[in-house]
Amino acid sequence: MVSDIISTVEFNYSGELLATGDKGGRVVIFQHEQESKNRPHLRGEYNVYSTFQSHEPEFDYLKSLEIEEKINKIRWLQQQNAAHFLLSTNDKTIKLWKISERDKRAEGYNLKDEDGRLRDPFRITSLRVPVLMPMDLMVEASPRRIFANAHTYHINSISVNSDHETYLSADDLRINLWHLEITDRSFNIVDIKPANMEELTEVITAAECHPHQCNVFVYSSSKGTIRLCDMRAGALCDRHSKFFEEPEDPSSRSFFSEIISSISDVKFSHSGRYMMTRDYLSVKVWDLNMENRPVETYQVHEYLRSKLCSLYENDCIFDKFECCWNGSDSAIMTGSYNNFFRMFDRNTRRDITLEASRESSKPRATLKPRKVSTGGKRKKDEISVDSLDFNKKILHTAWHPKDNVIAVAATNNLYIFQDKIN
Amino acid sequence: MSAEEETMSVEEQQEVNDTVVSPEKVEEAKLKARYPGLGAKPGGSDLLRKRLQKGPKYFDSGDYNMAKAKMKNKSLPLAPVEKTEITGGHIPTPQDLPQRKTVLASKLAG
Repeated sequence: MVSDIISTVEFNYSGELLATGDKGGRVVIFQHEQESKNRPHLRGEYNVYSTFQSHEPEFDYLKSLEIEEKINKIRWLQQQNAAHFLLSTNDKTIKLWKISERDKRAEGYNLKDEDGRLRDPFRITSLRVPVLMPMDLMVEASPRRIFANAHTYHINSISVNSDHETYLSADDLRINLWHLEITDRSFNIVDIKPANMEELTEVITAAECHPHQCNVFVYSSSKGTIRLCDMRAGALCDRHSKFFEEPEDPSSRSFFSEIISSISDVKFSHSGRYMMTRDYLSVKVWDLNMENRPVETYQVHEYLRSKLCSLYENDCIFDKFECCWNGSDSAIMTGSYNNFFRMFDRNTRRDITLEASRESSKPRATLKPRKVSTGGKRKKDEISVDSLDFNKKILHTAWHPKDNVIAVAATNNLYIFQDKIN
Repeated sequence: MSAEEETMSVEEQQEVNDTVVSPEKVEEAKLKARYPGLGAKPGGSDLLRKRLQKGPKYFDSGDYNMAKAKMKNKSLPLAPVEKTEITGGHIPTPQDLPQRKTVLASKLAG
């Protein structure tokens, strides 16, 4: 079903919870079960913890446009008390949700019966103190803040700041800074809308706050550039502090060059020293101190370069793949087509291609590496480029912040893989 | 995806011989052969504007009346319209409008 297509996946800071958002506006949260005492060699599983409807479809009457309920991004807040908080956004509205547990219920009210019916006050002859009784665990999600009407264009990113007070939201042309407590105003910190829309040459594709420096954030563009901005420099960060761009070989420029250079995701490393960008064919790691070129480039599916014509015709060339770091920043992961996803070890430079599908893996079985044959001869077990299913795209992946556990969204299925212990 | 056999024109052959077989350039030539009217500025305004207005645009009586007025004034036939433009210079018909979908419980939640 189309509304089941998963559109975002995100672990919380401890990795205990995993949230997914889908095209139908729903959020499903999974919780890591404690390892069972009977089978300590197996890690606990992730089971459904809470599910709720975050966004509903809306209609913009002024422009006669439908506002999709699809959840574009979910970002967790750091846990500060028993409850969990997350931000979820569709194209236009960001919501702060509180997820809390309830395992006690008050019984013995004076004014109403156990089944909720109001008691006749004149019949009450004595007072009693209600007592708290245990009940089955109930997980409730309630919207605490709604941050609306601040984006003319479609929101592509939200990012919580390290100050735990503010967050940014980015659309195609503007970035806004919000305070988590204040919903009726936000500060516009980046505006790249030209006075004349005919002169539009690039759009903002992703944005993220620095993990430690609360004054720094980056945003990427459809032209393959990244701008790092410092909010201390001015109220409006239209002028970047750093500009990252890899020089292009002019002789290899083609009609497709700009389209495939468009950055679909940007993520800081946990250390805050590096950032990673994903464009159509590769993943690049940048040292924040070096603007003129990336320090590492990993080819995701270079064999697609000779298929760009068809990929343009079927719109696949515009697919927006995400990327993620593991907890120690030693490995990175990103998705591809045919339900393949790729992992790169930054230290050993080894890479692996794996498949997320029911057919190719049974629960608890080890995943088998896959290979796409690029030459004329196809070896056994290899798949030829022309047999790849381009409707099976893995756009969203997430890596547990501490452990070797990954979540991979394959259209409307969620796969969770973990390293074998021992 | 079907692997279509394309016989290369003399120009394309020249291009392939000139550049040190850049697969991108070969693909570009294929695209230009199929769509000769493709604009000179590929990543430019048209593509971006289409991206900014993502999603279907519904019937708007204001746009409809503006388009009707425009049609009356123009004696020449209009330029071929992008099929994504539902309103503006194009008068929409019920067939242009997409169907709404219904929302049910998520399968992931079991």
